[in-house]
Amino acid sequence: MGKIRGFLEYDRAQEETEAVTIRVKNYKEFSKKLPNEDLKEQGGRCMDCGIPFCHSGCPLGNLIPDFNHAVYKNDWKKALRILHSTNNFPEFTGRLCPAPCESACVLGIVEEPVAIEMIEKYIVEKGFQEGWIKPEPPEHRTGKTVAVVGSGPAGLAAAQQLNRAGHLVTVFERDDKPGGLLRYGIPDFKLEKHIIDRRINVMEKEGILFKTNINVGVNFSVEKLQEFDALVLCGGATEKRPLPIPGADAKGIVQAMDFLKNNNQVVDGLKELSEELSAKSKNVIVIGGGDTGSDCVGTSNRHGAESVTNFEIMPMPSTGRTIENPWPFWPFNLKTTSSHKEGVKRNWSIATKEFVKDDQGNLKALKTLNIEWVKGEPGQRPQLKEVPGSEKEWPCELVLLALGFTGPEKSLAQQLGLKLDERTNIKADKTYQTNVANIFTAGDMHRGQSLIVWAISEGREAARHVDEFLTGHSGLPTKGAGDLPTV
Amino acid sequence: MKIKQQGLYSPEFEHDNCGAGFICNLKGKRTNDIIHKAIDILIRLEHRGAVSADGKTGDGAGILIDIPHAFFKKVCDFELPDFKSYAVGMVFLPPAANQLNICKEIFEKEVKKQGLEVIGWRKVPIDSSCLGKVAASSEPITQQIFIGKTNDISEEIFNAKLFAARKITEHKIEESGFSESHYFYLPSLSTTTIIYKGLLMPQDINKYYLDLNEPEVVTKLALVHQRFSTNTFPSWELAQPFRYLCHNGEINTLRGNLSRMRAREELFKSEVFGENFKEILPIVSEGKSDSAAMDMVLESLLHTGRSLPEAMMMMVPEAWEKNPSMPGEKKAFYEYNACIMEPWDGPASIPFTDGNYIGALLDRNGLRPSRYTVTKDGYVIMSSETGVIDIKPENVALHGRLEPGKMFLVDMNEGRIIGDEELKESIVSKLPYRKWLDQNLLPLAEVPYTGNKTPVEKIDFVTRQQLFGYTQEDIDTIITPMASLGKEAIGSMGTDTPLAVLSERPQLLFNYFKQSFAQVTNPPLDGIREEIVTDISLCLGEDLNIFEIIPEQCRKLRIQNPVISNDDLDKIKYIKYPGFKSESISILYEAEKGLNGLEARLDEIINEITIAVDNGCNLIILSDRNVNPKLAPIPSLLACSFVHRMAKNHNRRSSFGIVIESAEPREPHHFALLFGYGASAINPYMVNEIIRKLVKNKEIDVEDSEEAVQNFNKAIGKGILKIMNKIGISTLNSYRAAQIFEIIGLHNKFVDKYFINTPTRIEGIGLYEIEKEIQKRFEKAFNPPESSTDLDLEIGGDYRWRRNSERHMFNPATIAKLQQAVKQNNYKSYEDYSKLVNEQSENLMTIRGMFKFKDLDPISIDEVEPWTEIVKRFKTGAMSLGAISQEAHETLAIAMNRINAKSNSGEGGEDPQRFNKDMDGNWRNSSIKQVASGRFGVSINYLSSATEIQIKMAQGAKPGEGGQLPGPKVSPYIAKIRNSTPYVGLISPPPHHDIYSIEDLAQLIFDLKNANRQARINVKLVSKVGIGTIAAGVAKAKGDVVLISGYDGGTGASPLTSLKHAGLPWELGLAEAQQTLLLNNLRSRIIVECDGQLKTGRDVAVACLLGAEEFGFSTAPLVATGCIMMRACHLNTCPVGIATQDPELRKNFKGTPEDVINFMYFVAQELRQIMADLGFRTLNEMVGQSQKLEMNKAIDHYKAQGIDLSKILYKPKIKKDKPLHNTEKQDHCLENVLDFKILKKAHPAIYRKEKMSLNFPINNMNRTTGAIISNEITKIHGEKGLPENTLTLNFKGSAGQSFGAFSTKGMTLNVEGNTNDYFGKGLSGATLSVSVPKLATFKSHENTIIGNVALYGAINGEAYINGIGGERFCVRNSGAKAVIEGIGDHGCEYMTGGIAVILGKIGRNFAAGMSGGIAYLYNPNDNVDVNNFNMELIKLEHPSIEDQKEFKGLIEKHYLYTQSKLAKNILDNWKENSGKFIKVMPIEYKKALQKLKEEKMKQDKSELKTA
Repeated sequence: MGKIRGFLEYDRAQEETEAVTIRVKNYKEFSKKLPNEDLKEQGGRCMDCGIPFCHSGCPLGNLIPDFNHAVYKNDWKKALRILHSTNNFPEFTGRLCPAPCESACVLGIVEEPVAIEMIEKYIVEKGFQEGWIKPEPPEHRTGKTVAVVGSGPAGLAAAQQLNRAGHLVTVFERDDKPGGLLRYGIPDFKLEKHIIDRRINVMEKEGILFKTNINVGVNFSVEKLQEFDALVLCGGATEKRPLPIPGADAKGIVQAMDFLKNNNQVVDGLKELSEELSAKSKNVIVIGGGDTGSDCVGTSNRHGAESVTNFEIMPMPSTGRTIENPWPFWPFNLKTTSSHKEGVKRNWSIATKEFVKDDQGNLKALKTLNIEWVKGEPGQRPQLKEVPGSEKEWPCELVLLALGFTGPEKSLAQQLGLKLDERTNIKADKTYQTNVANIFTAGDMHRGQSLIVWAISEGREAARHVDEFLTGHSGLPTKGAGDLPTV
Repeated sequence: MKIKQQGLYSPEFEHDNCGAGFICNLKGKRTNDIIHKAIDILIRLEHRGAVSADGKTGDGAGILIDIPHAFFKKVCDFELPDFKSYAVGMVFLPPAANQLNICKEIFEKEVKKQGLEVIGWRKVPIDSSCLGKVAASSEPITQQIFIGKTNDISEEIFNAKLFAARKITEHKIEESGFSESHYFYLPSLSTTTIIYKGLLMPQDINKYYLDLNEPEVVTKLALVHQRFSTNTFPSWELAQPFRYLCHNGEINTLRGNLSRMRAREELFKSEVFGENFKEILPIVSEGKSDSAAMDMVLESLLHTGRSLPEAMMMMVPEAWEKNPSMPGEKKAFYEYNACIMEPWDGPASIPFTDGNYIGALLDRNGLRPSRYTVTKDGYVIMSSETGVIDIKPENVALHGRLEPGKMFLVDMNEGRIIGDEELKESIVSKLPYRKWLDQNLLPLAEVPYTGNKTPVEKIDFVTRQQLFGYTQEDIDTIITPMASLGKEAIGSMGTDTPLAVLSERPQLLFNYFKQSFAQVTNPPLDGIREEIVTDISLCLGEDLNIFEIIPEQCRKLRIQNPVISNDDLDKIKYIKYPGFKSESISILYEAEKGLNGLEARLDEIINEITIAVDNGCNLIILSDRNVNPKLAPIPSLLACSFVHRMAKNHNRRSSFGIVIESAEPREPHHFALLFGYGASAINPYMVNEIIRKLVKNKEIDVEDSEEAVQNFNKAIGKGILKIMNKIGISTLNSYRAAQIFEIIGLHNKFVDKYFINTPTRIEGIGLYEIEKEIQKRFEKAFNPPESSTDLDLEIGGDYRWRRNSERHMFNPATIAKLQQAVKQNNYKSYEDYSKLVNEQSENLMTIRGMFKFKDLDPISIDEVEPWTEIVKRFKTGAMSLGAISQEAHETLAIAMNRINAKSNSGEGGEDPQRFNKDMDGNWRNSSIKQVASGRFGVSINYLSSATEIQIKMAQGAKPGEGGQLPGPKVSPYIAKIRNSTPYVGLISPPPHHDIYSIEDLAQLIFDLKNANRQARINVKLVSKVGIGTIAAGVAKAKGDVVLISGYDGGTGASPLTSLKHAGLPWELGLAEAQQTLLLNNLRSRIIVECDGQLKTGRDVAVACLLGAEEFGFSTAPLVATGCIMMRACHLNTCPVGIATQDPELRKNFKGTPEDVINFMYFVAQELRQIMADLGFRTLNEMVGQSQKLEMNKAIDHYKAQGIDLSKILYKPKIKKDKPLHNTEKQDHCLENVLDFKILKKAHPAIYRKEKMSLNFPINNMNRTTGAIISNEITKIHGEKGLPENTLTLNFKGSAGQSFGAFSTKGMTLNVEGNTNDYFGKGLSGATLSVSVPKLATFKSHENTIIGNVALYGAINGEAYINGIGGERFCVRNSGAKAVIEGIGDHGCEYMTGGIAVILGKIGRNFAAGMSGGIAYLYNPNDNVDVNNFNMELIKLEHPSIEDQKEFKGLIEKHYLYTQSKLAKNILDNWKENSGKFIKVMPIEYKKALQKLKEEKMKQDKSELKTA
């Protein structure tokens, strides 16, 4: 497995990236592939752990040591097979996943973890390049039909798995192209859209029917869904969190998702960039320090913003692990993304108190207060305390709200008579089954906003239960027990 | 009286070992005095026996003498015919008068039936007053029967008739159903000899049997024996001697021997016995000891026309297979007889006699001491020790010892001793064995190839692999290393997957079986270093009547390595050779019919075999080839065992050999099982296919697929050897069908039908569930789910955790939570962790997981003793510095010392700087010091710094195996502590070379107690069936603590097969030990400790309720300090700096003492809560209260349903006031030790360093002389001891065992006389000498003067020995310099340092495993046999001038100390002699010395520069 002393011989290698000045001029991905020989060495850093925590940290249960080993042995085809056995779309996770596997990597205790995500990406890219990834339609059809609502990663994964089990799958997507957040949430510079098309193409050839511009419950009645033997709802958690403070109606305050989606459509050539949704020459403030916020930063810089500032209400995380977040748990560390490196002023422990409008109702500034977080009793969350006298006004013309999502949109659930859980997600049991027998749910719609890798995982697991529901048993794989607990 | 089987205790696992000896008059002169001398021998060997809890009952002793004809003539109230024309039987009878009479009647009737006459009965006068309570309660009535001939029949026929009458009577009475039938027993029935024996102490033999004191009771010979039984209910009839022999040691292969014996009986025919032969059978009666069984078989062989020595040679052959120096005729004899009978494998020293001859023989391993002395006035005395009879030096003609595989015989008619060579030559030249072999024995290699080939299978490869349960891990981890390197795969840390019966994944039947292993009662062997005594070749074919000595007996197919390739199998399958016929029998069944189909097929198989055999077929191939969607395979092991068993029932087992053609076996364990249940050859065809594919795809680094297959077969061969060696068996011939396994999780009904006599103690599943598991795999293979992305084979996760695979106790969640808990001092996280480990109702892993606490009686937790008290009973496990890093090792020690708990040094010694507290208050001293087989760093200083000394008999992860610290891990620091050389690999032998039996363990305990009287002696055992009796033996051997380890404990390196398949869970071992100790009234004398994957307070609670009062943790504290179960300890690449010596990686260690303390605290807290719930205020109250446990009924698992834990929870019915825990201290009987007398006089030397010299007489009962003095000196002066020659002690006589053990610097111990075994054990700086008495006339270099295993683990010092030493001289010597005048086999074995100068002969296998040190051999006639060297690690060189100077100096000192004539001769002609030496130099050692020299030069240079 790997190379016995590989981790002592080789350092972790990074992909080289295009210089900032060049890359912000376009929306292309900007990392450069390492030579195969280097990738092999990176695979050779894997230590063949008795307990590969990475495999536990990965919500898909990717067989990481096994594909690392195959890469080290230069057997890319085998690596691909291993990778695909747990992950339908490594090309997405290989680009977009925050890689909880790497934070759980044992090597990470003492040095830089194995570059798992990068290896993953190049395994699948090699697969496409060599033509190893081909449509593999099922040999037999069960005669059962399944509708998948939503074509984000959860929906796609569920669809592909169910199709493999021989069911006829139809995927409904309300946008004009399938992919969900992959398509319209993630900027192109992180995921070029032909990557999605490439996969959709394979899936179509496998026999999956994609129906776009169909918004179930809006332009497609839920009754029609009853024609299907089973339903998998993967509509995502798209209810955006508002910021209801004085001045919130100012022009120039835009939800991040609207901003990003619009931009992707622009890049796709579907529309022109409107002034309203452009950051060009504006002072942009992105509120929310998460991944969406970061995407907004990258996009704003590509628009040619005058300045980009980022607010986060939480305190600045430490740069390394703290005793509160020991290995192998997910570290809430300071994360500096490639977008951050492209130019942003980041502020922590800061709360926006008011938007300031000009006479036309246009945004011209916002007001903030600094925050102090007071530690509570053990087991209690820290308490927020405003710092008196820390008021500050920030001139700006565009504010992007990247505050996350509060849950799925409720109309579909209501129309189908589905119960919600206490976090307003669609309620389902361990088998992803809702209170209506033939309706299942997976992904963000089920667990609330989360990672792509979780979405794929949920899609796969749900598919197995749907299959079981339809045929009484299922040969579809499951990731099995072993998810890493939370701190 | 025997205790009945109850709970986990079963009497069949009792063991015994002992002292044995004989004395005879060379000229056949009869005297009564011989009896008293013989009894004196036993008295002088009393320390080799044992006493029951009543303090008075010995384990049995007895004496065999000539029939005192004149005496009987006088005392019998009936007429006796002439000597030898009548027989005397010594008869034990039931005490109940009515039953006594019936027994006598039955016997008389049978005697008459044989046409013999009962002359009369005589009541044997006895005096019972000397009996102990235990003995008295089972005392039989002893009478003598006198039987005469009616007709004038030959002596041979008379004996045969006596034999028949006795046998038939025994069987009849056994079947009678009398309540006291078990009393009936005939110690002897012979025309020449008579045996007086019983549950007696040696000195009471002639007090009890008054006859023996009668002056007219005279004899020319006396064979005596006393037992050391592992438990305290030995019985009268098992006292020795037996009718023809007595035995010191153990017969390891007994089960195989008995099973084969039973099979042979179907062919028995004999003219002597004629028609009624069947009535005599079985030859071996049930329930007797190994020695008794051996005696019974020997007895029957004597009726086959074989002489006594010939029969002994057949049963206990010397190691002939790999001896190039053995004469061809002798080899042929052994080879011929190997076709008839498998060896009865020792360790065994067997004195035997038929009244005409008396002799003795030692088995091939030579593991029992047998010393003899011939006196000028005509006596021969042989016994386990020398010096047992005082003989004036001038009367000694010869001191000798029995050598491995050798025999000697006293011919009292001729009045001389017949030596091994002469004796054997006369036997082996009687018949043309070589010619017979040439004409009949067919080696597989010579079987002509017919061109026929097994057809290619129709079902595709992947499907078949899935069907037989192959995973990618099997291929990568198990098969690949074997196919590419010819070596078994190594792993580390313990196994933590569920028992097969608790696993939810379909298991191969093999996985329900656990390998057994040797500990204490017999030694495991080292098949690598002592390869010369091992053999895995097998003969197969038809067996014939054992009574006929004819050429056809060896018409057999001989296979050198019975793991055979596809091509070899084809040869057998399509054999066309006169006398051989094979047939393939399919072991597939109709899957559709399920269980019924399987059972029906098994019956058909037996029918098919019966028909085939009747048609002359003698090679049966059981094949699972050609599976298809209709036919599923029967587990090969099930088929094999069933065929083996049923063919016996049909009286056809002897007619054929079983060949297995199966896709199933892939690990050594699988193969060992198949052989163990009767197979004679195995073709793993699926593995062959897999290897071919690996080669084809270039996935392994072997180019030729044939070579790769051979590599695999070779590796399996080695693996099997290792498995055999674990239990102490040397040859596959004796291992075959020996069934040395324990089952865990199969129910009794199933086992009785298919695996009879294999222990299975918690019930479990049966054929129904096994069939279900087959169906699961079958379904998956033939109806795979439609999902194109599935991998062909599952990844597998038995060795490395994977989701979707086997569950592991330590997994990401448990490790993450535990580390979080200790780092954050967060009890909440600990609770998460312990919940994950404990709550197994859904995810069953262990036996303890199936328990539930009951009868709660809650009290406030405040009433429970505080955690600080509880942790005093906690220990960390024995992990050596070497296995783990200095940082990790010291962290554990500091932590445990802070909370008054104990850490364990492990077996690698310890830096003396750690013995004292550091300035900062930290104390890095390990309070437990371990003594393992390697004895690394075991000096008097080390031992003196201990509060507890642990003797590691076995290790949970690899019981029965030694260890190896690879060169790269031997850093200069490690080397210093282990007294070895940096970068030279170190070997720990499988056995302690001073413990081959229970009485040896008692001796080592005594040695260590002498070395440190304050320390408790702890004996570490590994759970196995029969451990109860071993624990009882440990208690009787005066161990203070007995540790029962589970099979799942960790290791720094072990073959994977051992990790998983050897040993048993501690729950079984602990409960068995507790029950047996209680039954034997020994529990209060010993502390019981438990370890093996203890992880939580609940684990501790269960262990406590099952009987433990102290607890060991290893893996969990390591995890607390950062271990993440990398399982790379054996690779030196541990990334967290724990199990590595790499300086860079060691920097990664981040553990702290606080981590460990937090862990211990958490565990104690959890335990306290459970104690409070159950109502126990202290742990002592809680020990052994197994009624507080029950099986958790909520367990919903189809396989676990059938499990029955009641035997584990069984509580013997003992008196209420008897404690269930330790309450008293052992009496080590040190007060009579000679050292105390010496101490009284030696004060000036010890305290004031004044030079002084003292004289003392010494005898063999003065054992371990020097250790107490050495300990006293060390306590005052530490490691440096006293200045040279401060205290000189001169002894005259025969010193007892362990003379000079652990003697420190400044002591000089001289013996004029001789010494016994373990001379200079652990020598720590003293100078020892033994010289021939001045008045003696014999030549020193022809006489044995010290015993076996001298200078074992010696660290420093010198020894000068004016005579020959025994086997394993300088074994594991790391620094002593010694001069000796001749040695036995295995000289300088495992030596790592020091110098041995040998001025005389060396035995076989010299320098095996010798990785360091130098030996110089004097070779004046240039005739040293090169075959005597084990060349694996050494080179022979010419000594340099410097070398010559070195050994000349030593020879000069030798002369100075001993006045050796030999030394003088050599020195007198030094010019001539200086060139006549050979230098034995270990290769690695030489390189390392060179490397060190260079390093030093570099260092010197750089120092110069900086200066």
